[in-house]
Amino acid sequence: MNGTIGLDSLVTWLDAFRTAVTEQRAYLTELDSAIGDADHGANMARGMAAVMEKLETSTPSTADELFKSVGMTLVTSVGGASGPLYGTFFLRMGMTAGAVAEFDGAALAAALRAGLDGIVARGKAEAGDKTMFDALAPALDAFDAALAGGTPIPAAAGVAADAAEAGRDATEPLVARKGRASYLGERSAGHLDPGSASSALLMRTLADVLGSS
Amino acid sequence: MKKLINAPEAVLADALAGVAAAHSDLRVDFANRIIYRATPKADGKVALISGGGSGHEPLHGGFVGTGMLDAACAGEVFTSPTPDQMQEATKVVDRGAGVLHIVKNYTGDVMNFEMAGELAAAESGVEVATIVTNDDVAVQDSTWTAGRRGVGVTVLLEKIVGAAAEEGRDLKAVLALAEKVNGSGRSMGMALTSCTVPAAGKPTFDLPDDMMEIGVGIHGEPGRHRVPLAGAHEIAAQLVEPILADLDFTSGPSIVMLNGMGGSPLIELYLMYGEVAKLLEKAGVKVARTLVGNYITSLDMAGCSVTVLKADDEILKLWDAPVVTGGLRWGA
Repeated sequence: MNGTIGLDSLVTWLDAFRTAVTEQRAYLTELDSAIGDADHGANMARGMAAVMEKLETSTPSTADELFKSVGMTLVTSVGGASGPLYGTFFLRMGMTAGAVAEFDGAALAAALRAGLDGIVARGKAEAGDKTMFDALAPALDAFDAALAGGTPIPAAAGVAADAAEAGRDATEPLVARKGRASYLGERSAGHLDPGSASSALLMRTLADVLGSS
Repeated sequence: MKKLINAPEAVLADALAGVAAAHSDLRVDFANRIIYRATPKADGKVALISGGGSGHEPLHGGFVGTGMLDAACAGEVFTSPTPDQMQEATKVVDRGAGVLHIVKNYTGDVMNFEMAGELAAAESGVEVATIVTNDDVAVQDSTWTAGRRGVGVTVLLEKIVGAAAEEGRDLKAVLALAEKVNGSGRSMGMALTSCTVPAAGKPTFDLPDDMMEIGVGIHGEPGRHRVPLAGAHEIAAQLVEPILADLDFTSGPSIVMLNGMGGSPLIELYLMYGEVAKLLEKAGVKVARTLVGNYITSLDMAGCSVTVLKADDEILKLWDAPVVTGGLRWGA
C-alpha cells in the first residue's frame, strides 16, 4: 500500500465512511441541533447508505465512474446543503481522477483538491466561516506537505486526518458566516460545526483504510 | 416523542399518501416526491414550482392548485429537496412558456435549485427563472451571514404571483412581479417552544417555561435572542417594531399575515392579531387584507410570525383573484 491505491481501497473507504456516519449519526445530529436544524446525521447516513446500495448493484471499474456515481447519488438522495456540497466534492474528484483504476499519492491529492475547489465554488465558503472547509482545507494542505516531504501515502493520510480533526475542533469558538448557523450570529460560537465533523470523519476513514496506524 | 406517525423514516412518504387520498384535484409522484395539479394549466402559461423541506405545511404542497403553484417538491423534514426532483417537476409543469422557481433563502434550498437550473438548461431547454425570497428581518442582511431567510412573504408571493401567471403574463413579467412582492414584504417570528423533528426524536432546543425565542426561522433553529416570556401585547411589539423599522408601510395599503408556527391554537393567533392590528394602526399602517392561521409552520412549534406586505391596486386585485388549493381557497 506504499505506492498506489486501487479502486477496491476507494470503495472500502466509502464503506468505512458510511459506517462512520451511521455510527456517529446521533452525534452529528446533536451538533446540528445546537446551531442548525438537527438533520445532518440522518442526511449523511441516508446518503451514504444510498451510495453503497448503488455501488453494490453496479461497481464501476474506473475512478471517474466511481466518484461520479457517488456524487450523483449524494446529490439526488441527501438534499439540504450537504447533498450539493458532498455531491459536488465527489463529482469534481471524479472529473479530475480520470478513467484510471488506481491512484498514486499525487493523483489522489489532486482529486481531493479538486473536490474541495468544487465545495468552494458551490458554497462560497472561506477559511474561518465555520464550515466543512475548515476541516478539509487544512487536511489537504497537510496531505500535500507530507507527500512532498516523502511521507508514504498511508502516513500522509494519517497526518491529513489529524489536521482535519484539529480544523474541526478549531471551529468551536468561531461565529458562523455561512449556512443556517449564520442566522444565530454570536450564538453560533461555542459549538463545533457539524459539517466539519463529518468531513473529519471522511479524512479519518481514508487514513484508516489506507492503514496509517 | 409522541406523534401521529408509523415510523420516523416513513413520515414524508406516508404524508404524501394522505395528500393523494385527500385531494382528487392533485396528483402525487411518489418516486420524485412531487405534488402537482391533476389538470394542468393551459398551454402558453407560465408555470410556478416551489419546494423545500417538509414540516412547513401547508407550505408548499397545500398551495398547489388553480391560482397558485403548479407543483411543489417535498424534501425530507426541514431538508431541501434534491435537484432531480426539481428538474422533474419543471418538466412536468412546463406549458412552453417557462417556469418560475420560488426558492426560500436557505443555503441548501438555494444550492439545490441552482443545480436543478443548471441541469434543466443543459438537458431539457425549459426556460427557468428564479425568485429567492428573503423577508426575515430577524437576520441582519450582510455579507457576514447567508442573507435573510425566506419566510412568510413566500406564502403571499405564491398567491399573488400565481394569480398573475394564471392571467397569462409572460415569464419576464411574472419574475418582475415576484421581485416586487419579495422586496415589499417583511417578516419576524417568535417561538414559545422548540419543535421535534421526527428523525431526531426530541426537541431541537430546550426552552424553559418562562423564556421565549425572538427572531426564529421556520426550522426549529434557535432565534436571535432569548428573553423572558411576556404578555401578548409586548410580544406583538417585539415582532412589529423591527418590521416597521426596516421598511415604510405608511404610503399605501398593506396585506398582513399573522401566521402560526404549528403548535399554537387559533384563539391565540387571533388574540395576537388583535394586538398586532392595534400597533399597526397606531403606526399609520392601513391594513387592506388579512390572513390569520397556520400557513408556514415549523412542525409542532408553538409561536407565531408576522408578515407585512406593502400592496397597491395591482397586488390587491391579484390577491383577491380566485384560488383553489388545500391551504387557501376563495373566489372560485
